[in-house]
Amino acid sequence: MVQSLNRLQESPSQTAGPYVHIGTTPNFIGINSVYPEDLGLRPCPAEAKGERIIVTGQIFDGSGSVLRDALIEIWQADADGLYPGRGEHRGAADPNFPGWFRQPVDGSTGVYRFETIKPGQVPYPDGRKMAPHITFWIVARGINVGLHTRMYFGDEPAANEADPLLGRVELKVRVPTLIAERREDNGVPCYKFDIHLQGDKETIFLDI
Amino acid sequence: MRNEPAPNHNGAFYQRDRSWHPPAFTPDYKTSVLRSPKHALLSLTNTLSEMTGPVFGHSMLGPLDNDLIRNFATTGDAIGPRIIVHGQVLDEDGRPVPGALVEYWQANAGGRYRHKKESYLAAIDPNFGGCGRSITDEEGRYWFRTIKPGAYPWPNGVNDWRPAHIHFSIFGHAFAQRLITQMYFEGDPMIWQCPIVMGIPSKEAVETLVAALDRAATIPMDTLAYKFDIILRGRRSTMFENRMEGN
Repeated sequence: MVQSLNRLQESPSQTAGPYVHIGTTPNFIGINSVYPEDLGLRPCPAEAKGERIIVTGQIFDGSGSVLRDALIEIWQADADGLYPGRGEHRGAADPNFPGWFRQPVDGSTGVYRFETIKPGQVPYPDGRKMAPHITFWIVARGINVGLHTRMYFGDEPAANEADPLLGRVELKVRVPTLIAERREDNGVPCYKFDIHLQGDKETIFLDI
Repeated sequence: MRNEPAPNHNGAFYQRDRSWHPPAFTPDYKTSVLRSPKHALLSLTNTLSEMTGPVFGHSMLGPLDNDLIRNFATTGDAIGPRIIVHGQVLDEDGRPVPGALVEYWQANAGGRYRHKKESYLAAIDPNFGGCGRSITDEEGRYWFRTIKPGAYPWPNGVNDWRPAHIHFSIFGHAFAQRLITQMYFEGDPMIWQCPIVMGIPSKEAVETLVAALDRAATIPMDTLAYKFDIILRGRRSTMFENRMEGN
């Protein structure tokens, strides 16, 4: 026998289920008297520094059908590449930038749409710079453990080329599943980032 | 300016043990069949993008946010068995996680959710909304008062019923710790018949999601209590790690 490590094990994940909105965005489904507003649903404040962008898309299952009951959370750095939360030790981030947003996909179209700013670059642990990216976390009925992925920006080809994560992808044909192309939508930069849970266009998901 | 935390608190998170969690593909839970990735996950060293996370202040909480018997009530208390659910949010090293946002949601005593896409014939309780939230205190503790939820049928197998359960969403100190799970109740025979529960590979892991009846925390002649601790990922020591400037 050896000594015990005396560690606990993480609580096992379970699906968020189809009624995740009750707990996370109750106002969105008409439960309006409990919280004054849904957490994370407010768009990025106008005072936040940086280039304002729209990130939009849909989530597809293995049959190509759109998910209409998923919940998406995003977490990203501010325009200078600083995170506005715990664990950021390099300096104070933009006080007007929340960094975290949460949104259910539309119940009929499955479309999500975040109004945010384009993040700056953040260093990898070895000091190399990661390309600008937004972390996505997706939960839904049928998803047993929340899925982590990243959205990169199509107008950052040089940074993407040097990105440590993208460089680790063995099947290079899969790299584009993480890159959203830039378009203009009424003069506002718009990135369309569709997520495919399964199949030929399957998005790269991360074990972080 | 760099704010040096205590040793063991600043490293990468322990790798998630994905043989302890349910796999993505659990075919007895039918919706997982088309919603599970077929490719392997891409493993990534924790970076600042995962080792940081949003902060939620106690000031955002309303006085009834952790009282589901009253926070939606208009004509009287919600109907059903009155219970307190309490516990600690800890990391895998047993350290309390203070300041963690814990959100919870559930069906009413009859197993009916207040959701526009839900059509189960059990009645809506006009005084029960079904959502609440807490932020853990300095010892990582949270508590709330609610109605014990009922079991409810779902279109998976012909005659599948979910055990009584409360959904939990937890924000630790970093996005790497983000977790959604479900709490079950001690002694419920339906736990072991549920395809969602049984997607968890081991009995031992399932048992960590079963809240214990806690008679010591019961309020006599008023409210029963259940204790449900939640464990988030722990962090590696950084003492022998070569950390470059910038992380």
